[in-house]
Amino acid sequence: MSPTPFISRNDVLSWGRVHRQLQEVAAPRFCDELPALLDGSASTSCLAIGLRRSYGDSCLNSGGAVINMGGLDRLIAFDETTGMLRAESGASLSQILAFAVPRGWFLPTTPGSRFVTLGGAIANDVHGKNHHQAGSFGCHVSCFGLLRSDGSSHVVTKDNQPRLFAATIGGIGLTGVIEWAEIQLQRIGSAYLDVEIIPYVGLDEFWTIAEESVGKFEHTVSWIDCSSRGANFGRGIFSRANWREDEVFTPHDDQAWKNVPFDAPAFLLNRFSVAAFNELYFRASKAKTGIARQHYAPFFYPLDAFLNWNRLYGRRGMFQYQCVIPADEARVAITSLLDGIARSGQASFLSVLKTFGERASPGLLSFPRPGVTLAIDFPNRGVDTLNLLSRLDVIVSEAGGALYPAKDGRLSPEMFRRSFPRWREFLEHKDPIMNSDFWRRVAE
Amino acid sequence: MTGVNKGIIILGAASAIAEAAARIWAAQGARFVLVARDPRRLDVIASDLKTRGAVEVAAVALDCSKLNADVELDAMVKKLGGLDIMLLAYGTLGEQKRLEADPDAVRELIQTDFASAVAWCLAASAVLERQRSGALLVIGSVAGDRGRRSNFIYGACKGGLARLVEGIAHKLAPIGARAVIVKPGFIKTPMTAAFEKRGLLWAKPEAVARVIVKAAERGGPVVYAPAFWRWIMLLIRHLPTFIFNKLDI
Ligand SMILES: Cc1cc2nc3c(=O)[nH]c(=O)nc-3n(C[C@H](O)[C@H](O)[C@H](O)COP(=O)(O)OP(=O)(O)OC[C@H]3O[C@@H](n4cnc5c(N)ncnc54)[C@H](O)[C@@H]3O)c2cc1C
Ligand SMILES: NC(=O)c1ccc[n+]([C@@H]2O[C@H](COP(=O)([O-])OP(=O)(O)OC[C@H]3O[C@@H](n4cnc5c(N)ncnc54)[C@H](OP(=O)(O)O)[C@@H]3O)[C@@H](O)[C@H]2O)c1
Repeated sequence: MSPTPFISRNDVLSWGRVHRQLQEVAAPRFCDELPALLDGSASTSCLAIGLRRSYGDSCLNSGGAVINMGGLDRLIAFDETTGMLRAESGASLSQILAFAVPRGWFLPTTPGSRFVTLGGAIANDVHGKNHHQAGSFGCHVSCFGLLRSDGSSHVVTKDNQPRLFAATIGGIGLTGVIEWAEIQLQRIGSAYLDVEIIPYVGLDEFWTIAEESVGKFEHTVSWIDCSSRGANFGRGIFSRANWREDEVFTPHDDQAWKNVPFDAPAFLLNRFSVAAFNELYFRASKAKTGIARQHYAPFFYPLDAFLNWNRLYGRRGMFQYQCVIPADEARVAITSLLDGIARSGQASFLSVLKTFGERASPGLLSFPRPGVTLAIDFPNRGVDTLNLLSRLDVIVSEAGGALYPAKDGRLSPEMFRRSFPRWREFLEHKDPIMNSDFWRRVAE
Repeated sequence: MTGVNKGIIILGAASAIAEAAARIWAAQGARFVLVARDPRRLDVIASDLKTRGAVEVAAVALDCSKLNADVELDAMVKKLGGLDIMLLAYGTLGEQKRLEADPDAVRELIQTDFASAVAWCLAASAVLERQRSGALLVIGSVAGDRGRRSNFIYGACKGGLARLVEGIAHKLAPIGARAVIVKPGFIKTPMTAAFEKRGLLWAKPEAVARVIVKAAERGGPVVYAPAFWRWIMLLIRHLPTFIFNKLDI
């Protein structure tokens, strides 16, 4: 066995494709390779990365080393009666579902892409459409193995090392390498859901539907049109769903991808094409108003049907902006955010509005907290885009809100500290050699 | 045949390609004997396969290239109570430049990639002949189809294996057992970690695994993985020398 090499590459990008830098990349297949890789990068810095579905720079380490964990994707144990699954951290949620669904189990909660690793889901303490009932992903992690650069390896639970546990969940890879983790799966009665589609116009209507849905529906989310002003301001499509009980356990099929193999030309996305798309999408969804049976793949992962859809944004890439606003401030703040975005004419078609529940997230740097979260994609138009996002920052921070590191590639140190008041506590657990572009920007 | 729970021996079970194939078989409830050098790695792979549905997994830590390693085969077959599939996956690429300057390294490469493999294949062939059933699958390479300056020593071993496996297939055909040489193209595995992997030609080990699993059931003695390599290699084999010599491949 020759040692796993680090290879210099500049084609390891995050999902937003804005940042392109040289990194030393290693792709181990066995956990026993990790200590040497950490040793080998001790003179610079190192970061474990997953499938790079983070949009900005939290999964990048320019000039340093990254360990691509994707090859560590083995299952370790599964208890069919309790639904407790232990797997290596590079296992993707897609792989876990392909295994679990035919056995009648599902992820406790899932982000909007299944091409996310277990390690990445923990390191960003991700959330899903059932946050108001299930809380964040970290709420369902019972233990994990953590390798630190001093060579020590820890089996961490909430009870035996509560502080390291809280630092690592949502710890954006900075406390060490998560080698494996154990999560509690959720029993399902079907691979299908009953999904109800409700068009709404205006935020007042959104609040009403959202409030009445919380107790009755396990999954809620809404698409919102960020490009329209006037009579269509704040129009959107609310979708809410519960699992069916028909005992059909067909898993998804990853072979059925459509690929976007090349970067699209920059002019494809402009305010006219976006407005036209939004109009079409709104009308098409309106026509589907009502309840329908839907497989979990199109319901949870509509975008995964198009592999590399991010390339539609062309070579300059895109930013995503995701904030959470405390419930009391949400009505006013979301309205001013939407107004600012609509005026700028810069938003693209992918915008999501959702309410978070009360269940506390376990991580020191966890993003999910009670309130309302808004996520919007912006094609990268350089300074114009960055200026707009800074204007949005003002609204978010005045409302006492926070930004999501998984989606971020530009927030300021001040904004970061305001978003995550426990960051000082986190510092005590940061591994000295683990680092990322994100961290260097916000904390150093 | 030993019924639904196939008995499968994998030589070089720690290979990325072999492991991907084993996962598919595990989900079908296979019973395995896994052979690789590192016992700890064998353990991790074994628990994965068991979790995925393998009915039985025995791990044998062994250097497959050692002289007389093949004498172990009968014991493995006995453990399984018969052999449905043997997958020979181990191999090493070597560094062409270094090999050209170092005869010892060449001997070692030939021992691993060819000589020991021949011994295992002959031993497996004898088992299949006795049983009158089962399939021997050997991972060759497109590198074995035409000698190229970048890797012709490795290529010679893989080409030799192809001839051997074709012959075994020919010999077993009348009695209903099978042998298949599987020739992967460019695959993203540790073996090729140092190469740039940007082109459309690069496939994942899972793609080869699907070809392997299908080839274990039916089809001819030579398969390419992914399948389009058949046409690429047809072209490469028939390129006139004066053009071929200008290609830096
Ligand atoms: C289409 C789409 C929809 C999305 N929807 C949602 C959503 O609804 N909710 C949500 O919360 N997020 C969402 N996301 C974001 C995504 O879930 C997170 O960015 C997630 O963390 C990505 O996981 P990854 O495996 O790609 O990790 P990466 O992006 O590669 O890395 C993310 C972080 O995890 C760390 N990390 C990864 N593996 C390890 C490890 N083994 N040990 C230690 N640290 C590690 C990295 O250092 C980095 O800080 C979405 C992303 C996309 C592309
Ligand atoms: N990747 C490609 O592009 C490609 C293309 C064509 C053909 N192939 C062939 O595909 C096969 C599998 O390779 P891979 O791509 O999956 O790469 P891999 O993951 O590096 O697998 C090679 C495996 O061979 C094992 N091995 C080497 N010598 C051994 C020995 N003496 N005894 C036991 N095991 C030994 C290695 O085990 P250790 O971990 O103990 O070293 C390793 O697990 C090889 O035969 C290779 O030639 C690969």
